[in-house]
Amino acid sequence: MLFVIVPAYNESKNIGRVISGLFSQGFKNIVVIDDASADNTYEEAKKAGAAVLKHEVNRGQGAALQTGNEYAMASGASFVVHFDADGQFNPADINKALAVMQEKNIDVLLGSRFLDNRSQIPWTKKHLVLPMARLINNFLTGIELTDVHNGFRILSRRALENINISQDRMAHNSEIVRQIKQKNLSYLEYPVEVTYNEYGQGVGGGLKIIWEILHGRLTR
Amino acid sequence: MIVTQILLVVFFLFALIKVISRFRDGDLSKLGLILWSLFWLAAAGVVLLPNSTAYLAKLAGIGRGADLVVYVSLAAIFFIIFRLLIKIELLNKDITKLTRKIALQDKNKNLDK
Repeated sequence: MLFVIVPAYNESKNIGRVISGLFSQGFKNIVVIDDASADNTYEEAKKAGAAVLKHEVNRGQGAALQTGNEYAMASGASFVVHFDADGQFNPADINKALAVMQEKNIDVLLGSRFLDNRSQIPWTKKHLVLPMARLINNFLTGIELTDVHNGFRILSRRALENINISQDRMAHNSEIVRQIKQKNLSYLEYPVEVTYNEYGQGVGGGLKIIWEILHGRLTR
Repeated sequence: MIVTQILLVVFFLFALIKVISRFRDGDLSKLGLILWSLFWLAAAGVVLLPNSTAYLAKLAGIGRGADLVVYVSLAAIFFIIFRLLIKIELLNKDITKLTRKIALQDKNKNLDK
């Protein structure tokens, strides 16, 4: 059973469209985690037909993903897809990615914007922000990836049971990569399309993530 | 110097009153009351008699009593910050755990209906 996990915070404008896009690709188990949105994200997600879990207080994207992972595990998921709520991913990428993953028997599939040329990435982001993020992440995680902060990923049941996201905010991405290495999970990067509606994390956001990674490493 | 002394002693007395009112409200144990009162009284004592720390400073091999007070205070403050940061991080993790548990439980309740 495949579960699509969509962490959402103040996405009432996009969430309905994202969910119907996923349904139109034939996915049945769509789980939205509303991370204490101030707008109607919860109602919109319910209206669109997804299973919706609600965080009573805002805990960040990492925390929301882990909540989704635990819900999916308890519901007997064999695969979990992490999918952004802002509509920047293409739901048609999921089935293709899943097929490759099953064929090669891989634990974790990580989406990458750089393996084909479908994604129109803002210039400063492509040539400044992301290369820097890549360098730092490769250094901190020990795994070389072409795209280090891509929210599109698919986890097998084995990966689901072995990965525990404790970084509540944005540093969960690096944390997952680090756990892939620590737990010896097999992984694969796969081209996905990213459509930019907003710029996303700039340099300031990047610095914050580095701080979160280092700070998070100090406590267990 | 005298003005500083008066201001500091007034501030320490204010802190002492706060300690006592906390104790009355039941937020502070008897031991807490005694230790915090001793602390603020000692601080007032050091301010009123600046030379009182000279003996300790000499023992520690530091020139002036005031320097000793600054060094010890800074060390104590950094240690307290370190403990607070870890405490906050742990509190954050606990809050996340609770939030997650409530989210999962609420979802299961809805399924039962």
